[in-house]
Amino acid sequence: MSNKKQHILEHPMDDLLRMDRIPHIWCPGCGLGSDVAAFADGLKRAEVDFDKVAVVSGIGCTGRVAGYIKLDSYHTTHGRAIPFATGLKLANRDLTVVVFSGDGDLFAIGGNHLIHAARRNLDINVICVNNFIYGMTGGQNAPTTPLGAYSSTAPFGNYEAPFNLVGITAAAGANYVARWTTVQARRLSQSIATAAKKKGFCFIEVVSPCATVFARKNKGGTGLDLMKEFRNRTVIDHKADPTQIPLTMDDEIVCGEFVNREDPTFWENVQNGIKDQVEKNADWEKIQSEKNKRLYKKTLKYEGSRDIG
Amino acid sequence: MKQWERPFGRSKPETVKGEVKIVEDRCKGCGFCVEYCPCDVLELSDKFNKKGYHPPYAEKLEECTACKLCEMICPDFAIFVIEKEEEID
Ligand SMILES: Cc1ncc(C[n+]2csc(CCOP(=O)(O)OP(=O)(O)O)c2C)c(N)n1
Ligand code: SF4
Ligand code: SF4
Ligand code: SF4
Ligand SMILES: [Mg+2]
Repeated sequence: MSNKKQHILEHPMDDLLRMDRIPHIWCPGCGLGSDVAAFADGLKRAEVDFDKVAVVSGIGCTGRVAGYIKLDSYHTTHGRAIPFATGLKLANRDLTVVVFSGDGDLFAIGGNHLIHAARRNLDINVICVNNFIYGMTGGQNAPTTPLGAYSSTAPFGNYEAPFNLVGITAAAGANYVARWTTVQARRLSQSIATAAKKKGFCFIEVVSPCATVFARKNKGGTGLDLMKEFRNRTVIDHKADPTQIPLTMDDEIVCGEFVNREDPTFWENVQNGIKDQVEKNADWEKIQSEKNKRLYKKTLKYEGSRDIG
Repeated sequence: MKQWERPFGRSKPETVKGEVKIVEDRCKGCGFCVEYCPCDVLELSDKFNKKGYHPPYAEKLEECTACKLCEMICPDFAIFVIEKEEEID
């Protein structure tokens, strides 16, 4: 073995990473690598079969996750991670399908896909890295940029009210909704594990530092400075109403597992629909045959209030 | 179930100790591991790695409890911890 090879130590996460692509392109102090580590740890915790997990990403810095993680993965066009995941899940229903993408990808260009997947309660997990900005393309305003924040397309401060991602998904009908920051790595990993085991639409928002663009535009210092700020502003409250906790520039970042319910998923509804239809058709045929028609009349009993007494 | 430790008994409590491993050339010197290690084990070193960043080193290795938070929070998969069981004297 050459000397060079001996230098490279085996990291416990190496088995879930495409090592030929590491080191990744993310900036020093970017939270994305930590979010991927929490994801890998969450999958290990959930003890899912790695051959039955598929990761789908859109475009952006976050979108590159699909290329770094050593699982079946697909890097879609911008905003179309959810449509791809929808087809993937419905055709291969034993897969755990995870969409890992950015705030811009999932809520700007892909906003309607996301809302409707949540409404249908499609059985997929969505991890949305919210860095408040379009990182990859140079810091343009995203639908998540807080009021007053600076971005390259809001040089005088943003005056568009942002989306509250957990509020939207909870209202649209997701079965599981949580929000964490990159600092709460363990709780994030636990949430990812919970989502991996849960049926229906699971949404996890990860508030994550973008050191190069968001921090620079907003004089936020380094990635570590943003992490410290997130930590100071975080309040954990699982009982909070997700629609009432928007993210701002300097108020509390309310984190927690806000929604955890067991509503029927899209596929369960499809199956129930088919079942009802089949049963209805079967009855219809029964009623159609002359013999059954008479039988039907004979056994008919009126139990309405007018017939009693 | 054993409730109390015998004051002068032979049974000593076992604690998990960690051995910190750093893949220096992967590190981008972000300082997350140094800041979030709950036992203040790590410090950034003065030396440069291949990429020109200052990787961390375990300054107080004996304090490490192998909680592995550094391993989880490192964005560059550059630090990990192996557990080693030791008896306290
Ligand atoms: C159809 C299309 N429109 C625009 C772009 C340019 N584009 C690439 S990434 C991106 C924004 C990504 O933002 P986000 O999802 O927040 O990812 P981040 O880089 O912040 O992780 C845009 C607009 C594109 N690639 N394709
Ligand atoms: S631009 Fe921002 S989000 Fe993209 S890699 Fe750099 S720090 Fe991370
Ligand atoms: S395992 Fe825990 S105690 Fe040990 S160096 Fe890492 S963060 Fe610190
Ligand atoms: S967290 Fe990782 S990349 Fe950052 S300083 Fe520590 S070892 Fe280096
Ligand atoms: Mg973004």
